Amino acid sequence: MIGIDRWQEIFGVLRRNKLRTFLTSLSVSWGIFMLVILLGAGTGLENAVKYKFRDDAVNSIWIWSGKTTKAYAGLPIGRNIRFTNGDYEAIKRSIPEIDHITSRYYLRGDAYVVRYGDRTSSFDIRATHPDHRYLENTIIVKGRFLDDHDQAERRKVTVIGQRVSDFLFRGDDPIGKYLTIGGISYLVIGVFEDEGGENEMRKMYIPISTAQQAYGGGDTVHTIMFTLANTNLAGSKRIEKEVRKILATRHKYDPTDKRAIRLRNQLEGPAEVEQIFSMIRIFIWVVGIGTIVAGIVGVSNIMLISVKERTREIGLRKAVGATPGSLIALVMQESVFLTSLAGYCGVVVGVICLEIMDRILPKNEYFMNPQVDLSVVLGATVLLVLFGALAGFVPARRAARVNPIVALREE
Amino acid sequence: MIRLEKVNKFYKVGAHPLHVLKDLDLEIHEGELVSIMGSSGSGKSTLLNILGILDDYDRGSYHLDGVLVKSLSERRAAYYRNRMIGFVFQSFNLLPFKSALENVALPLYYQKVPRRKRNKIASEYLARVGLLEWSEHVPAEMSGGQKQRIAIARALIAQPKIILADEPTGALDSETSYSIMEILKDVHARGITVVVVTHEHDIAEMTDRVIRLRDGRVEGQEREAA
Repeated sequence: MIGIDRWQEIFGVLRRNKLRTFLTSLSVSWGIFMLVILLGAGTGLENAVKYKFRDDAVNSIWIWSGKTTKAYAGLPIGRNIRFTNGDYEAIKRSIPEIDHITSRYYLRGDAYVVRYGDRTSSFDIRATHPDHRYLENTIIVKGRFLDDHDQAERRKVTVIGQRVSDFLFRGDDPIGKYLTIGGISYLVIGVFEDEGGENEMRKMYIPISTAQQAYGGGDTVHTIMFTLANTNLAGSKRIEKEVRKILATRHKYDPTDKRAIRLRNQLEGPAEVEQIFSMIRIFIWVVGIGTIVAGIVGVSNIMLISVKERTREIGLRKAVGATPGSLIALVMQESVFLTSLAGYCGVVVGVICLEIMDRILPKNEYFMNPQVDLSVVLGATVLLVLFGALAGFVPARRAARVNPIVALREE
Repeated sequence: MIRLEKVNKFYKVGAHPLHVLKDLDLEIHEGELVSIMGSSGSGKSTLLNILGILDDYDRGSYHLDGVLVKSLSERRAAYYRNRMIGFVFQSFNLLPFKSALENVALPLYYQKVPRRKRNKIASEYLARVGLLEWSEHVPAEMSGGQKQRIAIARALIAQPKIILADEPTGALDSETSYSIMEILKDVHARGITVVVVTHEHDIAEMTDRVIRLRDGRVEGQEREAA
């Protein structure tokens, strides 16, 4: 089937029409090249957007307190809503889908200077529940995170970011050492890293119960956040409403007042982004395949012309014993070979271009790691062989139907 | 070798079928050298196409070496053309991009004979027509007579039962024509049946028997006193 002889026939034909072969191949190469570049660029955009979501748990809902903008039950506009431990408990109690829940109390400013030995600095200090580690993707590299005993017994313990550790302890093991926050002494029980980057590693965590007592916070909470188990976007929307209702009842504001509390549903972002990118991907494939099809039609056209030009030759081949099958195979093989080779060149050049693009473009948050999957390349290859066969089909059939009498007739 | 009995052939031209061959009877024996003559429209090209299994016929029967040739599949027809018939054309029909050797070897390519072996055989046949030293030349570098000799070598290489020559000397001057006819006579002398279609009397006179066609029938057969 795939003997050397037929390859020699094909190369013979291609060599006789070098320019034509080149130009025809170019149209296919160009189509695949564009598809690869577009897909790669699409991936670059997508990577950049996904990078922004990398830090936080994607199935979480975050709630901040705000200011009322609607009068309700005789209460005035502009009231500050203040969350309390009670709100945390209420939400935890009434939403069964909650997987992990924490509230946050912030300690910011000069009053909370951190000191170890003769080194002092101010860091962001977050007072949280133990579950907080699941919301920020906190990675413990030494010791442990806060636990329920710390919370229940209001222990003066702290978990510090890697950068905090670097600054205060200069490479010494911080575990078991005491540092002070606003003059109060804390035992370091753990060191963490965070995928969120440098800034996240300049934070410190203490139990929220400790913070409320030690710094006069009472039962105040600044933020409540929780993750949801086995919940899709629609489910999270329902829970969103439920939370608004619970808080509206507890704080006596209009449930339709969107400013009284601020709520961010992290499930929304990725879902929207995913949707946008799947649309973009579809669009890219449509454009890419359109471009390739234009190339394929070109190949088919040229092959038709080639078959027509070679009518006499084909007629003679039939007269000396060529079967229709052998002629179809000849034309098809030429077509598949040409499109595959041209397509392969397009893929290679496209991948090289993406690689160069990745190298020379400065790091930025709108475009990163443009690339195409191996599976896409393989898919495109299969597509090319298929298209090649498709392009060769009509000309091949034409060749097989050449009537040797007509072909050999004297002009 | 060739036996045609009441062969009829119609061509559809417009609404009315054109009756080209009318109950044509013809017998050519093994080892004969015959010529077919006839004016244009006499049906001689159609007859040649049917003899060469390039075209089918509507009624009657055609036996080639005892095999009934009728309504063959394309594959089957290709097989018989390859094994039983050698064609020689007026305009040679050599593949312009192939060397003399490759042109001669072409029928063996379709018999799937390995390259080395078929080139060796092709060389022998090139030697027989006296063109061995032209093996690597392409047709454009050769004279008409040389091209026709290449074509004859190609027609012979598959050791066919019959050689069908369609105006083999039509494009050649008379001196070259005679040398080509000498080669065909030599082929005939080796026992192969040769059928030459021509409109030139001096060419026809060089054959054993002249079959004259007129209006789709055999009008007369004369044995030449060659």
